Amino acid sequence: MSKVIIALGNDISTDDIYPGRFMATVLPSETPQFAFFDRTEFNAQLKAKAFPPGSIIVGGENFGCGSSREQACSTLKGHEVAVVARSISRIFLQNSINLGLQVVICPGIEASEGDELEITADQVINRTTGQRFEQMKLPAARKGIMDAGGLIPYTRARLMART
Amino acid sequence: MGMTVVEKILARAAGLPSVKVGDVVEPKVDLAMSHENAALVINQFLEVFQGTGLAPKIWDPSRIAIIFDHRVPAESPKTATNQKKIRGFVAEHGITKFHDVRGDVGGICHQILPEYGYVRPGYVVVGTDSHTTSHGALGAFSFGIGATEMASVWSLGIAVNIEVPATIKVVVKGEFPPMVGPKDLILHLIGKLTAQGANYKVLEFHGETIRKMSTSGRLAICNMSVEAGATSGIVPGDAETLRYLREEAGVTDPIPCVTPDPEATYIQTVEIDVSTLAPQVACPHMVDHVKSVDQVAGTKVQQIVIGSCTNGRLDDLEAAADILRGKKVAEGTRMLVFPASSKIFAKALDKGIVHDLMKAGAVVMNSGCGPCLGVHEGALGDHEVALSTTNRNFKGRMGNPTGEVYLCSPVVAAASAITGVITDPRKG
Ligand code: SF4
Repeated sequence: MSKVIIALGNDISTDDIYPGRFMATVLPSETPQFAFFDRTEFNAQLKAKAFPPGSIIVGGENFGCGSSREQACSTLKGHEVAVVARSISRIFLQNSINLGLQVVICPGIEASEGDELEITADQVINRTTGQRFEQMKLPAARKGIMDAGGLIPYTRARLMART
Repeated sequence: MGMTVVEKILARAAGLPSVKVGDVVEPKVDLAMSHENAALVINQFLEVFQGTGLAPKIWDPSRIAIIFDHRVPAESPKTATNQKKIRGFVAEHGITKFHDVRGDVGGICHQILPEYGYVRPGYVVVGTDSHTTSHGALGAFSFGIGATEMASVWSLGIAVNIEVPATIKVVVKGEFPPMVGPKDLILHLIGKLTAQGANYKVLEFHGETIRKMSTSGRLAICNMSVEAGATSGIVPGDAETLRYLREEAGVTDPIPCVTPDPEATYIQTVEIDVSTLAPQVACPHMVDHVKSVDQVAGTKVQQIVIGSCTNGRLDDLEAAADILRGKKVAEGTRMLVFPASSKIFAKALDKGIVHDLMKAGAVVMNSGCGPCLGVHEGALGDHEVALSTTNRNFKGRMGNPTGEVYLCSPVVAAASAITGVITDPRKG
């Protein structure tokens, strides 16, 4: 079970998650410090490691819209958080799968900061309110990438299979 | 059963007789574009080869384009060092479609690709930039991907696990009234569909208005298709596509166009008549927060921006100069103009457009992304308001989370520069 550390609204853009002015920083090892930088308090908590691994960011519709910057995923991955959102924009979803950031699409999710959630194979259970929400299954094709541990090992295996 | 344009393109690129929505395919990539974020792509690409015993090798260097645009000239030692690293990689791997920081062949990636004939109808184009949707203007299926996915493309030459997207047909009819154009059309459409209304879908543009529209206008509408969440926008290749590629991009080889089957299936059809459309403005902080200009007229503006991959082409600068010629930018308002490419800049010089704009008080900057993302130049002060021809107005865009960005066409921006407040150009 994991705690919701922030509950956000609809259309959270990658500019919000990782502001454009830090885009000269590219390496996944260096991006975590800028996560939600302009939400000063939340950024400080993340940097202070105030949240245990697996803590959950809840989003509304269209989470991760806007720029294709992969830093928006690597910055969250660096804090070992998971994202549960009503819907997720295409590039952000693919980037998350590619990098191994845990994302769950849960069209009906209702949760507030501080709620305890349990993510099962096909549901998200809000243990605080007792509500259960169905997950939307990720396309089977994406499973291959997740099973390989991300797109880099997946591509490496495909490459080796060719030679 | 018939296929849409994108279905036809994906079937061809995946070597299949046909595909349908939801199929998972692995299309061959015809062109793979990156900008400064190639620094991250290189990092991920080298990691793919780690431990394989294979030397890192790009599947086909002639199909890779790298354009420096986001921070040119470099704003920091960090960016300059990233650019230096990319230059080294480009030389080492024999990448020829490389556009460095230059006053002759430089510019914004989404302008350079069409301008140099790198994109053709029927191509599968991927780019590490969300506005890669732009190149649908030339009849290609063109979409944004992340850096790690690009590293995979560089290694394998295919885009792995692409789901065939559903297509929304957008039929546009009517003639634009004076002072109204393609930017107003796309802002209106985004307002109608919402910022997620086309998520995971393609916008395929049809109708007499599109057929008559220049490639410049088509680039603007496909560019902003992503703001409705679309995977891509696409205008099936036609006579104008051929004219542009032949006359402006200097392409001489055959250019086959791909058109949809008459019995193609669309998930939705949207019809728009532009003959009664007013100039549109997207208000802070969402691109789908669209109003007609009269609803926000009078809003005080400290910074006017004309440029970007959306509206930094010659016709955009010319339209602005026509309004500003002999007039002055209002006191207390600054106006920044950044042409989308060096070629456009040079043409604007030849035509006296740059002179007219400067005489009015505008600062004409080098080609590149400049103020669009505000990391480099043209950042907003605290609580300042910008009116811009760019494509995004999210909080923090233009470099300041307390700033506000309104989006509009070049004529609305130019008319407002004179008054210092958002102004209806039809009343100017
Ligand atoms: S001009 Fe703006 S939107 Fe276009 S590529 Fe540059 S940063 Fe992106």
